[in-house]
Amino acid sequence: MIAGFGIVAAHFREFAAGLANTLWLAGATLVLASVLGCILAALMLSRTRFVRTSIGLFVDAMRCVPFLLLAYLVYYGLPELGIRFDSWSSGLSALAVYHACYVAEIVRGAWSHLPREQIEAGRAYGFSGYALFRRVVLPQLFFAAAPLIGNQTVYIIKDTAFLMIITVPELTFVASSIQATYFVPFASFMFAMALYWIVTLVVEASVRRIEAAAETRRAG
Amino acid sequence: MQAEDQPVVAVEARGLCKRFGKLEVLKKVTFTVPRGTTVCILGPSGSGKSTLLRCLNFLEQPDEGEVLLRGERVGVKDGALMKERELCAFRVRMAMVFQHFNLWPHLTALGNVIESPIHVLGRPRETAVEDGRELLRKVGLADKTDVYPHTLSGGQKQRVAIARALAINPEVLLFDEPTSSLDPEIVGEVLSVMKQLSSEGMTMIVVTHEMSFAHEAADAVLFMDGGRIVESSAPDEFFAKPRTERARQFLQRYVR
Repeated sequence: MIAGFGIVAAHFREFAAGLANTLWLAGATLVLASVLGCILAALMLSRTRFVRTSIGLFVDAMRCVPFLLLAYLVYYGLPELGIRFDSWSSGLSALAVYHACYVAEIVRGAWSHLPREQIEAGRAYGFSGYALFRRVVLPQLFFAAAPLIGNQTVYIIKDTAFLMIITVPELTFVASSIQATYFVPFASFMFAMALYWIVTLVVEASVRRIEAAAETRRAG
Repeated sequence: MQAEDQPVVAVEARGLCKRFGKLEVLKKVTFTVPRGTTVCILGPSGSGKSTLLRCLNFLEQPDEGEVLLRGERVGVKDGALMKERELCAFRVRMAMVFQHFNLWPHLTALGNVIESPIHVLGRPRETAVEDGRELLRKVGLADKTDVYPHTLSGGQKQRVAIARALAINPEVLLFDEPTSSLDPEIVGEVLSVMKQLSSEGMTMIVVTHEMSFAHEAADAVLFMDGGRIVESSAPDEFFAKPRTERARQFLQRYVR
């Protein structure tokens, strides 16, 4: 077993590359899911009933699907319809759309609880349209939704591991291939878990910092 | 000499009507506010005072009637309602101070004051900051520039809100019951800032229940009841001998 860790240490570079891919995927997913989630949330709060209900149904349906199935569908299922992505694009788009639906629900909740008076003050002081959203709504949404988005980020990081089954060379993929090549499953998987754990700790520490900032900027 | 070129009337409302469903909140309200004067709107709750104020800057859209700002028609162009963007150009000429302050919680006191000057009026940050600090000094909050609103008392918040209003160099200040949500002992600090502005010649329209303020600072008093202006007179006259029975009853409740 100790020898196993020796082998893992000798392949540190591969683990590091896998970790880098995992972080890249998680970061890109977070950005895409946040933007898409905000758009979906805005549509869920639309004044047009048809838009509101159809987007609401889509978001609810998406949240009922296991992520693994969605990844399979995008990578293996869509080519049947003539839509073909490589493994990276399939993985990233599946992650982004799937988590955008969770983010949409978080943002919608935070948005509908924002004090209307402060948005009205924005209108009274000359803000409208995108400027109103960007300067008045978004900062308040950010501080209201940050803790839950932070939580969602942890789920995003863990869901990137599913992409190994569609051959994206992220951390779990690397751990799996090293253990298969050198028969060191315990050391290899333990090491990968430790790396996930460290990344999650960093995410949680940043969320705590944002929460502290939100505390001084709370409504009132 | 220049003054003659400028219109004497700051704000004029002609026949404003507003309905919420079947409820008629404003029934043909007409009045003018000359430049440099302070007009107080008094009246019982539900008489339409706040709605009237909010119709002036089109936060509420009046169903009928016209609002003129220095002779320019507000809110309607070529017979159609203006787009929100065009409305905003008028709104920043009439700064509003709200009953519940409505400061932006994610910005510091100074941040609240400079937000609209920088991002709506497009002023350079340095001058906006300089002016903002000066305005906070003016309302007695020079030491609070960098704190977030939730750490301030109600009276301090409202003074920040007044500094925010002044920062956009408005032609008119609209006050919507600015002291109604304050503890009695800190009402005075807000009123004294308002009195100072009034004496400096700001044009102010003030919805209030503070009779002493109306008596001392107002140039004219409008008394509203049931969506109409039922009495419009100089404050001395209004408080000494109101013409209508309704105003007499109203004032009796405020005699100390």
